[in-house]
Amino acid sequence: MRLVVVSAGLSVPSSTRLLADRLAAVAAPAATAPEPGPADVRVIELRDLAVEIAHTFTNGFPGRALSEAFEAVSGADGLIVVTPVFSASYSGLFKSFFDALSVTDPDALAGKPVLIAATGGTARHSLVLDHALRPLFSYLRAVVVPTGVYAASEDWGAEGLDGRIERAGRELATLMAGLSGTRPLPRRDSFEEVTPFEERLAALRPAG
Amino acid sequence: MQFGIFSVGDVTPDPTTGRTPTERERIKAMVAIALKAEEVGLDVFATGEHHNPPFVPSSPTTMLGYIAARTERLVLSTSTTLITTNDPVKIAEDFAMLQHLADGRVDLMMGRGNTGPVYPWFGQDIRQGINLAVENYALLHRLWREDVVDWEGKFRTPLQGFTATPRPLDGVPPFVWHGSIRSPEIAEQAAYYGDGFFHNNIFWPADHTKRMVELYRARYAHYGHGTPEQAIVGLGGQVFMRKNSQDAVREFRPYFDVAPVYGHGPSLEEFTEQTPLTVGSPQQVIEKTLSFRDYAGDYQRQLFLMDHAGLPLKTVLEQLDLLGEEVVPVLRKEFARNRPAGVPDAPTHSSLLAARKREGARA
Repeated sequence: MRLVVVSAGLSVPSSTRLLADRLAAVAAPAATAPEPGPADVRVIELRDLAVEIAHTFTNGFPGRALSEAFEAVSGADGLIVVTPVFSASYSGLFKSFFDALSVTDPDALAGKPVLIAATGGTARHSLVLDHALRPLFSYLRAVVVPTGVYAASEDWGAEGLDGRIERAGRELATLMAGLSGTRPLPRRDSFEEVTPFEERLAALRPAG
Repeated sequence: MQFGIFSVGDVTPDPTTGRTPTERERIKAMVAIALKAEEVGLDVFATGEHHNPPFVPSSPTTMLGYIAARTERLVLSTSTTLITTNDPVKIAEDFAMLQHLADGRVDLMMGRGNTGPVYPWFGQDIRQGINLAVENYALLHRLWREDVVDWEGKFRTPLQGFTATPRPLDGVPPFVWHGSIRSPEIAEQAAYYGDGFFHNNIFWPADHTKRMVELYRARYAHYGHGTPEQAIVGLGGQVFMRKNSQDAVREFRPYFDVAPVYGHGPSLEEFTEQTPLTVGSPQQVIEKTLSFRDYAGDYQRQLFLMDHAGLPLKTVLEQLDLLGEEVVPVLRKEFARNRPAGVPDAPTHSSLLAARKREGARA
């Protein structure tokens, strides 16, 4: 079982990464329970890939490190995605990563459980989860975990965040375990399954 | 093996002087570049087709007809001809006319264009891009091979008892390449007809080119045109040379850094490492170009992009001297070395005519 964490935090240390790690710490063992070993966790820090992400748009193809990150995402059984809130939405870097991913592989997230989470300076932006992240991942045909987790600065010193992390992590784990046997058919590889040319011609022939 | 150049026909300011050539200057420069290509011993000149600024070549057969009148050997081609938005009837007639004027020194490459709005500008729907390429080419193929065509399709008004004129020179249609960067469907189309497949790999890593070419070769064999090794493959290339490689890098960097396609993106060093772009000495260009064979197999046509990003005409002509004098003679020799006997040359009018006569004699 493979769990991939995508963190768009920019500072080191980052509260975005902190939230991502807390979520993974719940989801990874729960996804494989009752097996003793937790799911393999791979963390992708978008800050490290920022230049390659930008170059994907200027060059038309992803660089090596980014390609490798895309492969990890495509091959994951579940994702935890965490972004800081910038200007009332996900960060541009966060969106750009998924834009570049979907240009490279439009079905990368199809049928994949995704736990959405965000961090911000105040609680006033908490609906970013449902107004920005949830539609984005619905569009990408992910199975979005019902509970999303928003952590404002004040939440790190208040009661309640740990409970939401626990609930969201377990929901992700349940979906990962439940969906791992029913993964949608792997993406049709257009290089390996070519539509025979006669079929294309026939489809254009006038009826009768 | 054929070596040549292909031009996008962009009008781009020279970043080192800030000067933008006029359209007339750029069009005349393309002609001068084509004439130079013949002078330095290259085999092919191909022009793009665009219908949006900053590009000038909207009317390829007009330009190629003019070049045909001023050259003797050069094969005139396109990179590409828009099979999606041009009327296939007009393509059939324009290129047959060009064949007669150029004494058969004509082939063409089918493509789907560089910008979405070209579809609505010509009354078409971009969502039908592949279907337009399929249907229009099927009609074009017939118009060049059947004297009288009755035809009905989805995208164009029907034809009853139609004859495209003039008929192809000697009854031999121009050889067709299908160009595609991303679409396996087009590799399949090229394979189906036994036509050539051109992968414009200049902005792409080698593994992508390899997959496209392998698909085309496998399907070419599947359709019974020959072995995979006998399929007709063309590749792009992009070079800037000086005798001393440091001079090449120093001179080309300002053009690279703001070039319309990749400018403001990766560094020159990153881009040359990941794509076929070579900036350096003629020897480095030779080595890089020979390496294409490692992933594309023995191939038939190598076209270089030389005149873009605002490079002045004088510089481009110097580049062509280097290409013709120092690079291509070595490439011809090296590509011929160990080339398996069964690998054909790129078809030309005379080779296609000879093949037709042989078939006629057998029948």
